[in-house]
Amino acid sequence: MSLEIDIDHAREHFQLTARFSSAPGLTALFGRSGSGKSTLIDIIGGLIRPTRGRVAIDGQVLVDTERGIFVPKHRRRIGYVFQDSRLFPHLSVRHNLLYGRWFVRESAGPSSDLASVVELLGIGSLLDRRPDSLSGGERQRVAIGRALFAHPRLLLMDEPLASLDEARRVEILPYVERLRDEAGVPIVYVSHSVAEVARLATTVVILTDGKVTAVGPVLDILPMADAGDAGGVLDATVARHDEAFQLTVLASAAGELQVPRLAAPVGSPVRTYIRARDVMISLRPPEEISALNVLPGRITAIVPSSNGAQADVRLDCNGTALMARLTAKSVQRLALAPGRPVFAVIKSVSFERS
Amino acid sequence: MTEDEWTAVRLSLLVATTATAASLPLGVAVAWLLARGRFWGKSLLDTLVHLPLIMPPVVTGYLLLLTFGRRTPVGAFLADELGIVFSFRWTGAALACAVMGFPLLVRAVRLSIEAVDSRLESAAGTLGANPPWVFATITLPLSLPGVIAGAILCFAKAMGEFGATITFVSNIPGETQTLPSLIYTLTQVPGGDAGALRLTLISIAISMLALLGSELLARRIGARQVTT
Repeated sequence: MSLEIDIDHAREHFQLTARFSSAPGLTALFGRSGSGKSTLIDIIGGLIRPTRGRVAIDGQVLVDTERGIFVPKHRRRIGYVFQDSRLFPHLSVRHNLLYGRWFVRESAGPSSDLASVVELLGIGSLLDRRPDSLSGGERQRVAIGRALFAHPRLLLMDEPLASLDEARRVEILPYVERLRDEAGVPIVYVSHSVAEVARLATTVVILTDGKVTAVGPVLDILPMADAGDAGGVLDATVARHDEAFQLTVLASAAGELQVPRLAAPVGSPVRTYIRARDVMISLRPPEEISALNVLPGRITAIVPSSNGAQADVRLDCNGTALMARLTAKSVQRLALAPGRPVFAVIKSVSFERS
Repeated sequence: MTEDEWTAVRLSLLVATTATAASLPLGVAVAWLLARGRFWGKSLLDTLVHLPLIMPPVVTGYLLLLTFGRRTPVGAFLADELGIVFSFRWTGAALACAVMGFPLLVRAVRLSIEAVDSRLESAAGTLGANPPWVFATITLPLSLPGVIAGAILCFAKAMGEFGATITFVSNIPGETQTLPSLIYTLTQVPGGDAGALRLTLISIAISMLALLGSELLARRIGARQVTT
């Protein structure tokens, strides 16, 4: 699947310009609220007609304003999971799920069968319920299932977790991961949460004030994101569990990490997001310190904050990009400079499995 | 009750049912256009629909006579080509009632269509449903209580319609003499008071039954679908 976007969209006091093409997997549209990411996803889904430009999937043109092409949304075969789920209140969960199936043409190939999608999303016990009796998390899972049943060639998800509390988010995230890895449907995922993007995305498109400011693989792009919660992404696998202390040991290229006990089995891949504010820098391997994680690395760059009081120190820990947010005073006291070997110190309790 | 009175009651029920059934599909279509459509002349259509509500019924009846009378071009065409005659027939009474009830029907349906969350409609679109399907499977079921309310209003209006009917198709016993027309006739003759009173009570009973029925129906549908 390849999605090509080249559009300009003008609205009152707002101008959106986007040009990129995306790879298979999950593409995250990342940016603050008002950056234009929801408008962009609505343009892909056919809910908004752009003022100028072109949108194509696998070479099939969906929008081309110059040639006067605009494929209406019901003929795009693009699934859409809305922030507010939008389940049909007069239909049961089962009929919500099957709604899109009425319109799937045989030529579209075999559609996903009910049992496997229901199993993938864990919604078997909900089939005969009405949408108004579901919790927010259940509603979103049903909405994802409903979009899948329409046999989409692309799935759009507009902040599907934004309206949920933390516990419900943790409940849904694994399903989105399984969707990405098992269902084989490419996904465009809108989010303003670094944690979500770090965990889910293959490719990241960063939008700032209606413009695409960066596109690329998540590991390269996310550390550069101008986010309040800047940090680095670390890919690891579960090495073992330490039951006595309720810890999990992760193996990564940067070294071993001890984090609070995860539910994932040994050997499963885990992606963690390490916030810059949770990372300390030491010039020598620290001894007699409470923090359990010490990763050797080398400084690649030091980016001072706009007022000069703080600096983001970018590190290369054996190929993994991490970031530490320090005061300008610390940077001077330790005489930190690019190229200098240092140790990154991270408290285990600061990990959230992002 | 006299034979004439029974005939008038039966005729009124026939006329009101026909008028409601005939204006329902068109009324829902116009209501949808007014609720969701964006086109040139929308406010003109809105005004046109509401005209029978604000004009004197006699004027509406006279305009119908001028348009659908046997000797007018439209009337002659309908009679010669399609075999439909309105003037001085019960069908004409039904037409007059349909026109008079139409604005009430459209208003009720339009309000309930406007209350349907259009985001649900666009969600149905992303699932592959084209606009007619979206209307049939999402908009119409969700606005059904309003459609029923509109139909009952139209029916009640048709049961009570007097001015336009008597102007357009006169007051012919057995053909166009509906319940209100007969009540009027009875009040004009000596000794007709008892009959007028009987018919008045029947008229009240029918209206109340219709209202009760619509309440029950709307409640059953409302219980099935609670909007979230």
